[in-house]
Amino acid sequence: MAAEGSNSIDALGQFQLHTTLGAVGASVNFTQSNLMMVVAGAAVLAFLYLGMRPRAMVPGRLQSAAEMGYETIMSMCTETIGGHEGRKFFPFVFTLFFFILFGNLLGVFPLFFTFTSHIMVTLALSLTVFILVTVVGLKEHGLHWFSYFVPQGIPVALAPLMVLIEFISYLSRIISLSVRLFANMMAGHVMLEVFGSFIVMLGGLGLLGYFPAALSLGVNTLLIGFELLVATLQAYVFAILTCIYLHDAVHLH
Amino acid sequence: MSQEDGGSDPSFEDRLKTARSKQGLDAPPKQPLNEQGALSGSPWGIGARVGVELVSALVVAVAIGYGLDRIFHTTPILTAVFVPLGGAAGVANLWRLFAPKS
Repeated sequence: MAAEGSNSIDALGQFQLHTTLGAVGASVNFTQSNLMMVVAGAAVLAFLYLGMRPRAMVPGRLQSAAEMGYETIMSMCTETIGGHEGRKFFPFVFTLFFFILFGNLLGVFPLFFTFTSHIMVTLALSLTVFILVTVVGLKEHGLHWFSYFVPQGIPVALAPLMVLIEFISYLSRIISLSVRLFANMMAGHVMLEVFGSFIVMLGGLGLLGYFPAALSLGVNTLLIGFELLVATLQAYVFAILTCIYLHDAVHLH
Repeated sequence: MSQEDGGSDPSFEDRLKTARSKQGLDAPPKQPLNEQGALSGSPWGIGARVGVELVSALVVAVAIGYGLDRIFHTTPILTAVFVPLGGAAGVANLWRLFAPKS
């Protein structure tokens, strides 16, 4: 895809959706993004199933990884949301974390599509979190939950203004949660594509271009490692922010 | 670690602990998960977060103002009212992130 038009870098073409699975996929608009979601879901299930199948007292590598994932998310839930409630939300946070993590990580592989690099996907995820948080808050506290929008210890005259500001701030969670994940994933893949195009274009330049081309290859190698870090970190951030929001919903103020 | 491994043999746990401490394998005691500390790593990370929080509040505010303007046919007024509110909400977001924990 890169540098097909010789002198232009088509960095955004990689995010274009097209249908997969032949005529069946085309008839229901089953895109490669959907396919990757299915693959990610299946990979998570396979990871947990194959990891936990030995049930060994001294775990192997895969079992260790599965157990560590479980324990990390469990401690994140119990420490951030709080003991009893944290356990209730553990399945949700666990699913969310591993779905995003596998989506991000699979995207680093060549020829694979990163579904988290589309704002529509991340927005849907963050809307799910947002609606869940709101429903949990309303369920736990009833109408008293609306006092969340009135910060403690403010003058009465300022209350209408503060309520409005708090309301906007509350709504902005949807945007910030989704944009953070989407922007990080997209930026990384654009960088990869740009430096990948540099390799091809500079390499085609002849002797003069070999050194900068090799340099771009080095940069791309570093970027892949960096992408792995970002993929994990962003999944973690998404999960822990979900936990913090759930904590706010469960414990008012 | 101590979640629900109730079925395991206590003597095994003891032996494992002594073996681990003899080998120096035990991790240093975990720091409590600070809500901000867990997120804010590098200065770059903090910078990105600040940007996202500020802009997202502003985006929401402009969307609300523009939408209300469309409904009430008061075109520039409500957008103009909501833009400063959005900025304030962005700063409120940041305050919530970086406020010293009391």
